[in-house]
Amino acid sequence: MRTKIEVQDVHKSFASDKGTLSVVAGVSFTVGEGEFVAFVGPSGCGKSTLMNIIAGFIPPDQGSVLIDGQEKSKPSSKGILISQHGSVFPWLTVRRNLMFGLSGRENTERAESADHYAGIVGLSGFEKSYPHELSGGMLKRAELARALVVKPEILFMDEPFSALDALMSLRMRNELLRILSEERHTVLLITHDVEEAIHLADRILVLSPRPARIQATFEVRLPHPRKLTSPDVQDLRVAILGELGVDRSD
Amino acid sequence: MTRIKQALPSVAVIVCLVAVWWAVVAASGSVIFPSPWQVVTGTIELIRDGTLWEHIGASLLRVGAGFLLAVAVAVPLGLWMGWVRGAFDALNPIFQILRPISPIAWIPIAILWFGVGNASPIYLIFISSVFPMIVQTTAGVHGIEKRYLRAAENFGVSRYTLFTQVVIPAVLPQIIIGMRIGLGVAWLVVVAAEMIALRSGLGYLIIDSRNAGNRYDLVIAGMIIIGLIGLLLDGAMRLLEGLKWVRWRYAH
Repeated sequence: MRTKIEVQDVHKSFASDKGTLSVVAGVSFTVGEGEFVAFVGPSGCGKSTLMNIIAGFIPPDQGSVLIDGQEKSKPSSKGILISQHGSVFPWLTVRRNLMFGLSGRENTERAESADHYAGIVGLSGFEKSYPHELSGGMLKRAELARALVVKPEILFMDEPFSALDALMSLRMRNELLRILSEERHTVLLITHDVEEAIHLADRILVLSPRPARIQATFEVRLPHPRKLTSPDVQDLRVAILGELGVDRSD
Repeated sequence: MTRIKQALPSVAVIVCLVAVWWAVVAASGSVIFPSPWQVVTGTIELIRDGTLWEHIGASLLRVGAGFLLAVAVAVPLGLWMGWVRGAFDALNPIFQILRPISPIAWIPIAILWFGVGNASPIYLIFISSVFPMIVQTTAGVHGIEKRYLRAAENFGVSRYTLFTQVVIPAVLPQIIIGMRIGLGVAWLVVVAAEMIALRSGLGYLIIDSRNAGNRYDLVIAGMIIIGLIGLLLDGAMRLLEGLKWVRWRYAH
């Protein structure tokens, strides 16, 4: 597998009232092309900061992020970030949102592309709707489609489904897996939901409490579709929860 | 039906006020202060000889000219000040000093600069409505949620796309609020400005009616008409809030 992302000894701290606060302290890992890597960690451990550094929104204090062997210093449409709160523009229709990142092409061609991806995420018939007319799950689909339509090589997903209810979250995971089976992207996922990580990822990195370091790595060698009730999944879940300091009796 | 029910209390209050007014005028036997009926006949008189429309037209024209001029200046300036930190730092203090000065205080200077023609009230309206619109537009740009700007940054769009598809639509609801405030102030000011100079407009109608034979029925008729037109203007601005490009802001 070709190396897609290489994170080398990344450090980041922020100035606070009580001096400097170290948020990320020496994180290194590599992600292969087409690999799905999930990060789990306690809340406030610096997961989002790490993701923002890798996506190019914040520069690291020390260390570097290489994408395809090139140092990444600013965000680009090569890697699209999908965050918990979502950023579908409320003033544009679904179609216009999806066309947003497709600059420099013929209008009709952009609209076709947009509608194609609206179809892929199950939003056919809602192309002319405004985001406030959509439900939370549909909004997530729109966000996902807007990312996919620019054919990004990497998807950075920061707790993408945590604002949804449990049922919708499960459905969106299945949708994501279906889409990824059709067009392969390299995915980095941040989540606090261990089950979500096991459901989706090829590899799970457990982060320590702040400042974030990689505490443990788990390979998930289970074929898709994964049965979440299977003993293998349960064993893995217990092992990861153990790393996170949660007892199996919880 | 529910709308009628909703309007019922306010109609009742108006009826009561008019009744009290009528009773007090009748009881006191005042010869100068008019009864409600005299105001009605006075208004009919103004409508019949056509002067009412002339006054309304003159006032609206001045407000329209001054207000549109203010929009044309305030919106680009507000966007610029909101987006460029240096522009904000340089200009905001000046505007904060100019803003609290009542437009009425500008009247002597307006007369000095523009004489007693139409230009003076148009300038006063411009001065009074431009600042609230600048402030609202600037605040609108500052209030754009970072996640939207970051998304735009992520997709690597051109500056043109950034402005036309993110910044301006995001600020539009604030601009409309600014326009509502601006037009409200403009309508207040045109009447005041017309009381000083000029030979037309609703402000002139009020002052002239008092000066030429204590026609207080026409004074009150003028006041009520000013109030009603103000209400209509605000209603027209409210319609803008229903536009599909800004409905997202008011939808929840």
